[in-house]
Formats: sequence, C-alpha cells, structure tokens
Amino acid sequence: MTDARMIERASISQKLWGGTAGPVAVLVVLIVIIWYAGSVYLNSPFLIDRYNKNNHDWTATELAQDAWAMERPVLPSPHQVAAELKKTIWDKNVTSKRSLVYHAGVTMSSAMLGFVLGTILGILLAIGIVHVSTLERSLMPWVIASQTIPILAIAPMIIVVLGAIGITGLFPKAVISTYLCFFPVTVGMVKGLRSPNRMLMDLMYSYHASRAQVFWKLRMPASIPYLFSSLKIAVALSLVGAIVAELPTGAQAGLGSRLLSGSYYGQTSLIWAALITASVISATLVALVGRLEKVTIKHMGLQV
Amino acid sequence: MNASNEPPVVMSGDSSSVIMCEEDADTIIDINDLDLTFETKDGPIHALSKINLQINAGDFISFIGPSGCGKTTLLRVIADLEQPTRGSIQVEEKSPHDARLSRCYGYVFQAPALLPWRTIEQNIYLPLEVMGLSKREQRQRAEKYLALVNLSGFEKKHPWQLSGGMQQRVSIARALSFEPDMLLMDEPFGALDEITRDHLNEQLLQLWAKTQKTVVFVTHSIPEAVFLSNKIVVMSARPGKIIDVIDCGLPADRGLEIRDSHEFRAIASRVRDGLQEGHADD
Repeated sequence: MTDARMIERASISQKLWGGTAGPVAVLVVLIVIIWYAGSVYLNSPFLIDRYNKNNHDWTATELAQDAWAMERPVLPSPHQVAAELKKTIWDKNVTSKRSLVYHAGVTMSSAMLGFVLGTILGILLAIGIVHVSTLERSLMPWVIASQTIPILAIAPMIIVVLGAIGITGLFPKAVISTYLCFFPVTVGMVKGLRSPNRMLMDLMYSYHASRAQVFWKLRMPASIPYLFSSLKIAVALSLVGAIVAELPTGAQAGLGSRLLSGSYYGQTSLIWAALITASVISATLVALVGRLEKVTIKHMGLQV
Repeated sequence: MNASNEPPVVMSGDSSSVIMCEEDADTIIDINDLDLTFETKDGPIHALSKINLQINAGDFISFIGPSGCGKTTLLRVIADLEQPTRGSIQVEEKSPHDARLSRCYGYVFQAPALLPWRTIEQNIYLPLEVMGLSKREQRQRAEKYLALVNLSGFEKKHPWQLSGGMQQRVSIARALSFEPDMLLMDEPFGALDEITRDHLNEQLLQLWAKTQKTVVFVTHSIPEAVFLSNKIVVMSARPGKIIDVIDCGLPADRGLEIRDSHEFRAIASRVRDGLQEGHADD
C-alpha cells in the first residue's frame, strides 16, 4: 500500500471518529446488546417457571426467543419497543388518541409554554436580584428552597389548587414546567449579569452611565452565553415538568398519560416507547437551543 | 471647554484665594494634603499620605513608583473612582464627582476593556451612546479618532481580531472620542511587549502634541516615564507619598533615540535615585 493511500485511510477513520457519529453508533450498539441480554435475564424466571410447569425441555435459544417475544415482559426487547414505536408513530393518524405523535404534541405544548414562562420569570428574578440587594437576601433562599421540594409532591397540589379556582387544561401543566425551568435561568442569569469585571463597571461609571444604560449596554449582552447554558438545562426540565404534571391528574392525553396507562395494563413496551419518544424530543430541543446559541454567539461577533 | 478659556472663578471670597487663582490660572488638578486609608478585614491600609500636587492644563505628567505605592489609587481619586479620607482635590475647579459628571476625563485602563460583542467602531460609540450623541456624530467621531490612532479600516473588526497593542489604541481612541480635557491612563502599555510598547510610546507622544490634552499617566517603567512626560512624580510605598517631582525639559519633537542622550539619562538617574530613596524608607 502506498503512503498516499494510507493517509487517505487514516483520514477516513479520522472522519468517523473525529465527529460524534462513530462513537455514538458504537454506544448505541452496546446499549442494544446489553438491552437484549437484560431482556432475557429479567424475563427468564417467569418463562422457566412456565416451562417447568408444562414439563417442557427448553434450550437457551428457545428461552431467548420466548423472552424477546413475551406479551407482557418485565423488560421488552428493543425490537418490541421499535414495533410499538412504529405502530404508534407511523401507522396511526396523528389525530388519533393512540398516536404517540398526538400525545407528544400535547406534552410539548405545555412544556414549551412552561419553558417560555420559566425563562421570563427566571430572567426577571435575576434582574431583580442583581439590582436590589434586599431582593438577593430575601428572594435567593426561597429560589433555592423551591427546588428542594420534590416536584412529584408539589405537582398535584398545583393542579388541584389551580383547578379549584377554575384554571384547567394546558396552563396548570405549564406552571409545573415553569417551576422547574426558572431556577437554572435565574442562577445562570445572576452569574451572567454579574460577569462584567470591575474594569468594565468602572468604565461605565466614568461615563456617568445610568443603571439602565449599564444594564442594556453591558450586563445584558455579557449574560447571553450564560443564558444559553441555562436554557439548555431548562428546556430539558420543561419536558420533565410537563410529563410529571400529567401523572398525578390521570390526564387523558400526553406522554405522562401514556406512561400511566402502560403501567396500569402491564404494557411495558408502551412505557418504553413513550420514554424513548420523550428522550428523543428532549435531546432535539437541547440540540435546537445549542444551535440557536451558536447562531447568536456568531451574530454577536463573539469568538466560539 | 478648556479651563484657560473660562473666566477666573473666585473660590471662597477671601483675597488669598483670588491671588491663588491668578497665579495658577491653568491649574487643572489641584490636590492638597490628601490622605486615603482603605478599611480592610486585616485592618486599615494607608494608601496615600499627604499628597500635594498641582497639575497644569496641557501637562503630560507621570506617576512612577513600585507596586502598591498608591499611584493607581491617586489616579482613581482624580477619576472619582476612590474617595479620599482627608484633604481636598479639585479637578477643573470642581469636585472629582462633578468633574466626572461633566465628562472631564477619559480613562484608559491597564487592559483595553473593549466589549467583545461590539465591533471596533461600536466600541467607540459606547461612550457617545451613553452621552446621547446623534448617530451621525458618533460615526464622525469614530472615524476621526480611529484615524488619529492609525486604525482606519478596522471599524468593522471585532476586538479579538486585533493585537493587544491595537486593542489598547482602540481604547485610547474611545477615551478621546467624547473630547474630554484630560486623559487618565493607568499603566496602559504594561501588558504589552517592549517593542509594541516603544512604538505606542512614540504614537502617544505625537497624539499628545496634536491634541494638547492634559495626560496623567501611571507607569512603573522609568524609560517610559522619562520619554513621555514633561513632569514626573516619583512615589514611594506604604503609605504612598510623593518623594520627588521632576520637570523634564526634553525637546517636544523627540524620538526614541533620545533615550541614548545625556539629558535623558540624567533625568532617568534622578528618578531611580528617588525610587531608591523611597525604598530605603521601609
């Protein structure tokens, strides 16, 4: 083999490994293998029990085949979940109550509303905390304490209280997403708004700049990279919030309701399908925010 | 805006101050018996002690001394960034606070302190936006002062695309852009390599000749101070006080080669003696 061809080969493998596609693919294959093995391990006690009752001689191959094809498995095999995903995403009309796309849409709409509200609330709190020292002392402990309460405990309370004053539907679910979202935004923005160093603050002071001018010309632009780091966390949390909000209320629609009905009827593949859908949506949202971050940072002329 | 154009102001009514005004008609900064003590957790730090100094309009005056001698603190007092504990200071016959409010000075920091998300010309706009100048005026000023520091053509670049020396020139242009009477410079070339520094020293001297601004310059480099200044204030540390005030009468059109001359070395050695004397104190 000539040197040139060796270099070419090296560059092809570099392309594969230099990017994220190669490593991610390997990881996916590993996870699928472990999943299949886990499916056999977790489902076999029940199957072996049944074989023994029927005095059936069984082989390892047979056990594996049966374990991967059970109707109500402890852990469904990847292809069962894939079949469930295909059935509920591709084969069903999106308006159907059995379509995962429909349920994902329901969850997404309250997650996005909560994300927007949480971001606004988080930024407003941060602005208050940075500018008014009394607010920092009075508000910050509450902001932190709010996150120590398990969301599962407070979610039904919020739904019930809001329901009692006549607010139902999308908004109460969004409130729970908001509750989770505002925290990383507040923490990130407080840090970002305070990121201009002493020299830059002195510079603005020497110009006799007003507080509003310092805010709009210095603090706000300086906080943008911090805001995006927070938004990536917040957008993932917004989905968690929306799903959790659907659990205690016995919601009729949404990924959370799919998780519930899956566990009522022992339909584990349904649960896994909903979980995978949720994580794919979440990863996509985080990637979208990351994309927006890159575009914004580039537009601001900052070095990436 | 020049102090010498303003009618003489009777300061407090008694005859002695009237005479003072007559004598120091062009005094732009007047510091009397100024003391400054910082209160810290480890106890008070006496940063400045009994500072008496008059700076005339049009002076290029350098504060030189070892680290921690209070030279930057003194500059910050002039800029209203620190408050004196005792004594008086008048900047253009006003308190430093009022002088800052009337935008008497442009401050150049140790680092360029440019906003990374703004282009070079937008960085020049910053003080002009704060001061409410029209967009047209902002553009004209940016063009004029970037040309003055030889940076025409870099308007649309971002700070990270420029070298450290160029960035510092932008920050000088920014300080000049709102046309203050004074330029306060805190070790502006301290972080640059010596070749760039020499180059910028020459440019700054030309700039001073062109603009006739009063420049107060903090440095710890003896050759830099001697080369640039027409007056050098030698300071010593803890408490920071003035050891010597040296008038340098070097020719106005001097170039870097003057550093090899006899006069230059004589002044430099007097500065060095002053610094050593201050050092022997502690």
